[in-house]
Amino acid sequence: MDLFEYQARDLFAKHDVPVLAGEVIDTPEAAREITERLGGKSVVKAQVKVGGRGKAGGVKLAASADEAVARATDILGMDIKGHTVHKVMIAETAPEIVEEYYVSFLLDRANRTFLSIASVEGGVEIEEVAATRPEAVAKIAIDAIDGVDEAKAREIVEAAKFPAEVADKVVNVLIRLWDTFIKSDALLVEVNPLAKVASGEVIALDGKVSLDENAEFRHPEYEELHDKAAANPLEAAAKEKNLNYVKLEGEVGIIGNGAGLVMSTLDVVAYAGEKHGNVKPANFLDIGGGASAQVMANGLEIILGDPDVKSVFVNVFGGITACDEVANGIVQALKLLEDRGENVSKPLVVRLDGNNAELGRQILTDANHPLVQRVDTMDGAADKAAELAHAAK
Amino acid sequence: MAIWLNKDSKVIVQGMTGSTGMKHTKLMLGDGTNVVGGVNPRKAGQTVDFDGTEVPVFGTVEEAIEKTGANVSVIFVPEKFTKDAVVEAIDAEIPLAVVITEGIAVHDTAAFWAHAGKKGNKTRIIGPNCPGIITPGQSNVGIIPGDITKPGRIGLVSKSGTLTYQMMYELRDIGFSTAVGIGGDPIIGTTHIDALAAFQDDPETDLIVMIGEIGGDAEERAAAFIKENVTKPVVGYVAGFTAPEGKTMGHAGAIVSGSSGTAQAKKEALEAAGVKVGKTPTETAKLAREILSA
Repeated sequence: MDLFEYQARDLFAKHDVPVLAGEVIDTPEAAREITERLGGKSVVKAQVKVGGRGKAGGVKLAASADEAVARATDILGMDIKGHTVHKVMIAETAPEIVEEYYVSFLLDRANRTFLSIASVEGGVEIEEVAATRPEAVAKIAIDAIDGVDEAKAREIVEAAKFPAEVADKVVNVLIRLWDTFIKSDALLVEVNPLAKVASGEVIALDGKVSLDENAEFRHPEYEELHDKAAANPLEAAAKEKNLNYVKLEGEVGIIGNGAGLVMSTLDVVAYAGEKHGNVKPANFLDIGGGASAQVMANGLEIILGDPDVKSVFVNVFGGITACDEVANGIVQALKLLEDRGENVSKPLVVRLDGNNAELGRQILTDANHPLVQRVDTMDGAADKAAELAHAAK
Repeated sequence: MAIWLNKDSKVIVQGMTGSTGMKHTKLMLGDGTNVVGGVNPRKAGQTVDFDGTEVPVFGTVEEAIEKTGANVSVIFVPEKFTKDAVVEAIDAEIPLAVVITEGIAVHDTAAFWAHAGKKGNKTRIIGPNCPGIITPGQSNVGIIPGDITKPGRIGLVSKSGTLTYQMMYELRDIGFSTAVGIGGDPIIGTTHIDALAAFQDDPETDLIVMIGEIGGDAEERAAAFIKENVTKPVVGYVAGFTAPEGKTMGHAGAIVSGSSGTAQAKKEALEAAGVKVGKTPTETAKLAREILSA
């Protein structure tokens, strides 16, 4: 889960990483009181989870409270690279910036540990610095148990060649940032820029934080960090039902069991679609191992409620779960939805393989539901589902 | 011979007395796995009856090893407690720990992996968030269905459980030496490379099927390893060509970040290493068949 800048700022503040004052608002008028409190000037910053907002006009200086309201009016509702601005942060104006640095802690998948990245050339995309001047970027592995103490922080500061006069201050920031990283179960905490200002202080001016949703069980505070406004309504409905669902752009609704098989199903449908008017998968939906009638019904309800969906492909490999149970689940799910008065009118292509596949297929044949077609291979079923979606387009 | 697991493996189950542990212990026993004990400090001293097979419950992994000579532990402990369970297995120096549990916080996985390193890596860890490992006809540890296929000469390594089953099913008439699901989390113990190296050295494996998916660069590193070290034929499959950037696709590790972790990049890296990569699981199986019948 990626956080907004204001959420990252609040999290940094909570862990004593030096930040500027700032408050988030969603109505322009609220900018007035905050700007007055900040001494009559402020920076109005669009809160979007995408880079390049400055260039897009999403960050403006306001020299008065009136101006802050005007700038907030301009920015709220703005579209930045497909992201609508629902919130702006009214921030304290930065003191004169002397230098801009970069520091972060993140997960290092390849080395199965954590990594610190630091550079005295901050303020720009770190990937860009790494590509053009790799010698300006220090990467230091962090032991997941030992973590970052003062000695480790000094090692990072020395490796990145921070100037002597800010070394102690950056060490302090690194220790506090590591505290943020560990205590929040973060996958990434990044400060860019970490600014040295005219007074000599070092301040985190902008930051990115990504949290591990698997750790939510020990972080009740994650709940209110979820960006409910941005979630696609179908994704939100699926989440309510504990379904693993991602909305995509295509026309073929997908239900399967197991993340890998579902990802593969999307690909196979996209290939099949090349022969059928370029139809594409409409979603990712993994109903998991159990696939009871209730779960199948919940999944089908989400998929059939997607107006983009023209046909549905149910692709199940029975592992421990037997295919006869899955077939019964499909039949019961359709009945459940019809009884509820849902509009069940889109064709379903079902492929069952694995444990008790013959029994499962027989159940579908016997049920003889007018919307359900059985195709017994994955590639064949994908082709049929793509063909039906194309025909209905 | 197979890799890492055979008929002589003595298996204990951490979390055996929970509902998932009970269900799968029964299935593992049914597949001929030599399950010699369970671990649960609150039920130590009891025995559990699985259709006539009495399995004792021990208080600790250490005690279970001492009393039974166990050399494999499979972990079904809920995600909140998994880290402690794996650390216990590492401290007891069990040679193989298979972590089935899904949804573990990645900081916990990083911590037990670091702990294993500090203890000299005496324990091979498979998983977390994996279906386990099966050497058909000999032993089955985890949740892979035991009846999909038979013993044979294909080695399989996969990030995904259901794609493991799908591929075993596609090639069920040929059979497998060992199939290992390494899991779809951002940090995993055993990697594609570990399995490739083991299959390369296994005289009972003639061909290796490697299944990857979006996220990270494990497949790219595996490709580099294959180029240098693997002389046996390798057939590959990568899932997630249609996955959008920045969205997690079911597995915690399955995410394309910016331009990194794409299926296309993985496919290209594998092909550059001489691996034949199928467009679909079925086509991948066909490629394996062609090589074996040539």
